[in-house]
Amino acid sequence: MSKTPMRRAWRSLIWLLVLIVALIGINAGGVLFGGGSWTPKLALDLQGGTQIILTPQITDGSSVTPEQLNQAVSIIRQRVDSAGVSEAEINTQGTNNIVVSIPGTPDQDTINRIEASAKLDFRAVIETSQAAVSAVGKDGKATPAPSVNPNLPSTPSVKPTDASDPAWVTPLLQAQYDVFDCKSAAAQDASYAPADKPLITCDETGAYKFLLGPVEVTGSQIADATSGVIQTSQGSSTGQWAVYMTFDAAGTKAFAQVTTRLAGLTGARNQFAILLDGKVISAPATKSAITDGKPQISGGFTQQSAKTLADQLKYGALPIGFKVQSSDTISATLGSTQLLNGLLAGLIGLILVIVYSLIQYRTLGLVTVFSLAVAAVITYLLVTILSWYQGYRLSLAGVAGLIVAIGITADSFIVFFERTRDELREGRGLESAVETGWRRAIRTIIASDAVNFLAALVLFILAVGNVRGFALTLGLTTVVDLVVVALFTHPVLALLAQTNFFAAGHRLSGLDPQALGAVYRGRAQFAPSREVRAAKIASASKEAAKRQTIAERKAAMSNEAGADFGKAEN
Amino acid sequence: MSRFTQLGNDLYSGKRSFDFVARRKTWYLISVILVVISIAGPFVRGGLTNSPAYNFGIEFTGGSEFIVSSPTSTDQNIATAAVESIDATVMPKVSTIGASSIRVQTTQMTNEQTVKVKVALAKGYGVPETNVTSSFIGATWGQDITQQAIRGLVVFIILAALVMALYFRTWKMSIVAIIALLHDVIITTGIYGLTGFEVTPGAVIGLLTILGYSLYDTVVVFDKIRENTIGVMRDPGKTFGQQVNLAVNQTLVRSINTSVVAALPVASILFIGAFVLGAGTLRDISLALLIGIVVGTYSTLFLAAPMYAGWRSKEPTVAKNDEKLLAVQARAEV
Repeated sequence: MSKTPMRRAWRSLIWLLVLIVALIGINAGGVLFGGGSWTPKLALDLQGGTQIILTPQITDGSSVTPEQLNQAVSIIRQRVDSAGVSEAEINTQGTNNIVVSIPGTPDQDTINRIEASAKLDFRAVIETSQAAVSAVGKDGKATPAPSVNPNLPSTPSVKPTDASDPAWVTPLLQAQYDVFDCKSAAAQDASYAPADKPLITCDETGAYKFLLGPVEVTGSQIADATSGVIQTSQGSSTGQWAVYMTFDAAGTKAFAQVTTRLAGLTGARNQFAILLDGKVISAPATKSAITDGKPQISGGFTQQSAKTLADQLKYGALPIGFKVQSSDTISATLGSTQLLNGLLAGLIGLILVIVYSLIQYRTLGLVTVFSLAVAAVITYLLVTILSWYQGYRLSLAGVAGLIVAIGITADSFIVFFERTRDELREGRGLESAVETGWRRAIRTIIASDAVNFLAALVLFILAVGNVRGFALTLGLTTVVDLVVVALFTHPVLALLAQTNFFAAGHRLSGLDPQALGAVYRGRAQFAPSREVRAAKIASASKEAAKRQTIAERKAAMSNEAGADFGKAEN
Repeated sequence: MSRFTQLGNDLYSGKRSFDFVARRKTWYLISVILVVISIAGPFVRGGLTNSPAYNFGIEFTGGSEFIVSSPTSTDQNIATAAVESIDATVMPKVSTIGASSIRVQTTQMTNEQTVKVKVALAKGYGVPETNVTSSFIGATWGQDITQQAIRGLVVFIILAALVMALYFRTWKMSIVAIIALLHDVIITTGIYGLTGFEVTPGAVIGLLTILGYSLYDTVVVFDKIRENTIGVMRDPGKTFGQQVNLAVNQTLVRSINTSVVAALPVASILFIGAFVLGAGTLRDISLALLIGIVVGTYSTLFLAAPMYAGWRSKEPTVAKNDEKLLAVQARAEV
């Protein structure tokens, strides 16, 4: 009679084992190949990290406004910690500087990601040529830069009709272009050049110089950016990395206009230049108009640099560029005693929970304890994997949050046990009570977990910084809760219901029908469900039931369980 | 058999029951008083002690930063003691930078205090005053984080109300659940203002945890109410209020067990945090969490369920049916 639920229970437990082994496997993979670890990484407050002081790169002597600084803080926060899980701290210092505190030691990629302004511009190419290889003479002394007569006309004689119009090139501009040195101060300042004027600049390596029209499309018109490997039309990988952009509506329109115009031109004027912080990173020829607003940038990217640029484009350009002024290690603000005491408090709390569960639910309390232990193992593995894969960091507040999650997780077991007890009170046999109780309980558990999961999802999508990290933790514990109650607590209880100790309703099982008042049922003021009533019609008065021997009661109960279960299965 | 199990049995059968619904006016009054204290209290305390109603940490407000270079010792406690000797309410964040500097961050100091702290730090670390520099630092938890978080919460509450209305098939339940949620958040927030504890990012995260817990608790109890009032367990001999009350009583053991299990670990953190470590992150987070758990459980039983019963009882069809049932019950008692 009990083959199916038992088989189902074992199957659930095997799935749980598979899940845990898989998580251990992923973590082991991380440890072996990806620099992972078996312990979660700790946040600034507990472990310390690196403090980077950034100072704005301003060449023209203008000052930084508080708005610019705040905007930069907010963009850098996204760049450093897009998932909000690394507990990085970014703030302003004085009136000019930005302090970035991150756990651990940052690599050069991270620093590049932080300090570059990442201002992306699209300009039409008017002229381009190889740059002078060296301005250093044979004698080792710098040859004096050829001078440009400043009296040459600097306003176009004919008003330019579009950004590719050679009419932009005034005699002064032409002269400047001819002598342009990619190492000069003017080349370094190209990032701050006015957008509505033509610009002379170089590519990143300084091998080519360009004379470009005014800015036509900017990075702020990019809605999203991703990085990936370029694929051929046959779908095979070329191994070359590129940044894929998606423009917003206005950007799509503007970019379509530009490329339509350029496609009709020839020579250098067929190219458009993509500038990052004033340097040309790519100047592809325009074969046809791009009207879907999804251009790609390719050329010399590695996987890392493509990802860095995509992230920078996605979170927007900094209003000003920064450079690292100092980078120092900082110690934890909370001593190691704080963490130890926090963990000690958690341990004491856990022992109290175990004692309380055992008093309340007797042996059944052990199921709670083991369920919590399984939940703890899964949560620990997930946190460790996330700390390797996503840069998740545990702060003291995070530890407190996980300890509070014990309550929400344990509630699922309590709801399930109470529903099962309710069914016993209704007079069901244990096996049937467990199954019926489970069907009722899982509805409640899913409904309440769904609300928590909704909170996690909405906050993860909409919030930034620590709030996003909280959302991730909440979502994580909610899913773990569901997994454990479905794949551990329920099957274990279903299996225990088969044992003599529980099925006979031992006093210490926590599921003793007599203690649960099943025999009082006749006097109860509520209407039990019809099938149960039928089964219990023969049930005698309180005194009669009490006089039954244990064997008699057991026999009655197993009959009843069989009958009930038969019904449920049909 | 334990008395608690016996209580559970009696609550389930209805032999014993607590009047959650019938005495709802009393509970409403208690909640209103608590909410008023939570809103007004912080300002009263702030006015009496001449401090702000809410003591926001430097993560929110920014503050002053002191750097001690080449100290004779890198013991962080010296800095804490030095700052506290000037202003005992300030809890400084101290860390060592590189090999030979101490960084001390405090809430915004007046010029006068800044000078005093500099002197105290120089004395504590045995360095000349010129080795201590000070500057202002901005908030790490900026306006942008707050704005995004509030936007996220508003969207969540609207979505949660919709989801609950669909699940429970009545929007009255979801409105009541949201009211209980606001009640819990207001009271938990009020605790910070009333005690003057520092509001840190950890505290805000704690508050969000309470928000989740409160709604979770309400959904669990409301699911039983749904079962008892429109589901298979419906007892046609009871008024709507009586059905709701029975449901709350039947889940009472669950409510008590869950809140005890949730509260025990938090209480032990609070105990260790407050009595072993003294003031600090752990104490500040765990007090609010503990109060939040208690209030979250209370509001479900004493506020959300009675409000729902009261509201539905006003519906003409429900009211008419209840009237008939009450008459029948009165006759049966005679």
